[in-house]
Amino acid sequence: MENKMIASSSPHIRSTDTTTSVMLDVLIALIPALIASMYYFGFKAMLVVALSVGSAVGTEAAIQKLTKKRVTINDLSAVVTGLLLAFNLPVSVPWWIPVIGSAVAIAIGKQVFGGLGNNFINPALAGRAFLVASWPVEMTFWTTPGALTDTIAAATPLAMLKTSSPALSPLSDVFLGRIPGCLGETSAILLLLGGAYLIYKKVISWRIPGTYIATVAIIALITNGFDFTGMAYHVFGGGLMIGAIFMATDYSSSPVTPKGKIIFGIGAGVLTMLIRLYSSSAEGVSYSILFMNVATPLIEKYTAPRVFGTGGVKK
Amino acid sequence: MSKVGLTFKGGIHPPHFKGQTEHKAIEAAPVPKVVVIPLVQHIGAPCEALVSKGDQVKVGQKIGESKGFVSAPIHASVSGKVVKIEARPTPSGSRINSIIIETDGEQTIDESVKPRGSLDSLSPNDIKAIIKDSGITGMGGAGFPTHVKLSPPQEKNIDIVIINGAECEPYLTSDHRIMLEMPEKVLFGTKAVMKVLGVKKGIIGIEANKPDAIETMKKAAENEPEIEVVQLQTKYPQGGEKSLIYAVTKREVPSGGLPMDVGAVVQNIGTVVAISDAIQIGMPVVERVVTITGSAVKEPKNLMVKIGTSFRDVIEYCGGYSEHPAKLINGGPMMGIAQYSDDVPVIKGTSGILILNEDDAKTPEASNCIRCAKCVDICPSGLQPLTISKFSLLGKFEEAEAFNAMDCIECGSCSFVCPSKRPLVDSIRIAKKEILAKRKK
Repeated sequence: MENKMIASSSPHIRSTDTTTSVMLDVLIALIPALIASMYYFGFKAMLVVALSVGSAVGTEAAIQKLTKKRVTINDLSAVVTGLLLAFNLPVSVPWWIPVIGSAVAIAIGKQVFGGLGNNFINPALAGRAFLVASWPVEMTFWTTPGALTDTIAAATPLAMLKTSSPALSPLSDVFLGRIPGCLGETSAILLLLGGAYLIYKKVISWRIPGTYIATVAIIALITNGFDFTGMAYHVFGGGLMIGAIFMATDYSSSPVTPKGKIIFGIGAGVLTMLIRLYSSSAEGVSYSILFMNVATPLIEKYTAPRVFGTGGVKK
Repeated sequence: MSKVGLTFKGGIHPPHFKGQTEHKAIEAAPVPKVVVIPLVQHIGAPCEALVSKGDQVKVGQKIGESKGFVSAPIHASVSGKVVKIEARPTPSGSRINSIIIETDGEQTIDESVKPRGSLDSLSPNDIKAIIKDSGITGMGGAGFPTHVKLSPPQEKNIDIVIINGAECEPYLTSDHRIMLEMPEKVLFGTKAVMKVLGVKKGIIGIEANKPDAIETMKKAAENEPEIEVVQLQTKYPQGGEKSLIYAVTKREVPSGGLPMDVGAVVQNIGTVVAISDAIQIGMPVVERVVTITGSAVKEPKNLMVKIGTSFRDVIEYCGGYSEHPAKLINGGPMMGIAQYSDDVPVIKGTSGILILNEDDAKTPEASNCIRCAKCVDICPSGLQPLTISKFSLLGKFEEAEAFNAMDCIECGSCSFVCPSKRPLVDSIRIAKKEILAKRKK
């Protein structure tokens, strides 16, 4: 036994959580919405997801190989980014949209800054913002779930709400996800289910999604003259659920402090409603989150937790 | 069940791993052929040897005298002959001048060892003198001389004595067994401490995962109106001094301050038992209860071990190694110190000897911080370990200090929860050392 003992410093035991197990939990939480997207949008949805995930993982591996870094695709974080980007695309996009989007998300949204944990904006949203700016037509061509062809453009509930269209989908459809919209954002109930799983597994805290959704709900309620139906469309009809639960909670681009998370959630909620109500766009979730991502270091600076023993002597 | 009880904010729930030894009664380990007694087993000034090579010594005889106030004398744990005085490796990691005694097997007790009288017959200063003279130090691991803790400056008004029976370190069961098997000694020692400090309120805090100890201590304290036994939540680091004081009193030891600043003095279970023995028998610290456990020892046990017995002898008495010992730890898995060799002696602060096999000892590879904030959520000191660690690794110790690195209690909870297996507490320790070194300049 001589000289063969490990003399590392304490602690000598570690939790069983790993980066991979955390990312796996996020993927598990996204599975219900993934199944719904295939159910509503068919085989094409699967193709978009496969291309997006494949491109994300491939880009990550290629960059790490080229820069002679440890290849970390096994941590599944690139899979999460690829899946989230796919969830933020209309099903009708041409095949190269998810491929380019994911490559940009990983390369410019993540690896340029040093990889996992160092990106200051959500990579999937960075990829999506790039796509919307570059190919606005392809990125806003919505298909009605179950439609046999995807050549007929449909409007999302939020767009109809904005133009006061009489063809507004019934609320039950909105809740279940039988509405035009991005692949994975449509089924509010399944996204909430995934969120509950993540909170239960302590992967995310309630703070960001809770305050984000509540803020949108309250502002929508007030601006709709206390009409709960109008509020429900704002809360469940667009990208709020996927944004609040899965995008705004991205570890590296949101605050680590408990109070900071609350400010982040409220800020994103206010911005989302400002965009939805006062801009030409019907949707505002992704830009709100990106804006709050940039504000995160500042938020963290002013929301440090109180250090034990600094509350004044109480005796 | 384990969620019921007093507690603090933050903390973690590591697996207990106490099943191997919690139901095993304390056994006396045999007297070894040789003991190695280091002249420093505490925080503070080293002792001067009172014996020289060739001298005969008896059990309880003082063989090392403390020179400073913050220090504690050393006593012979066996009878026999001093064969050498030389620097030897100790569990603290450094080589320390040690008295090496070959035992004669007689265990002749020194004449100085005799009962010191009842608590009523002793004045607070008498008790304090006995404690100092008996070489009593914190037996929980840190090893701070007990008489120093019992000498608060006049202006500090101490109103509560808290006895730490949390034993929140996984694997360890020595305090648990002591409470089950010698509750009267725990109470006697507690009363002695209360008398020294002139305090009318004593609280014994025990984690909820030791219901039998809570019951035993409650029963033993039935007729002690000034002593209360309370249940603490099973959560690490419940036995940390600041966490324990907060759990019991809701008082926060101020940042950079000491328990006495909020009127509290905390003593470990093993320490009050040592105080009881020093008064009732007159025996100084010559032995202690040690939990020997882990995945690579044949028969895990709770043993009463003579100070100075080598880890190797103790482990041999437990049937030896069951497989290759990949890691040998003095203390528990959260804060204990990994050893290079089993040729180190049991000292006053050795609460456990943990022997891990290859699988358990594996150090996971660190990956990028993903900013999951788990370390922020659980830090009992309200720090942001990820940020302090980041600055420390960059060598930016001033920034680390600005993020309150000095408030870290080094409990290791952050490293435990980190999914990226980052060396959080390690790097914070480095920052603290650098900051201290700079302050001294």
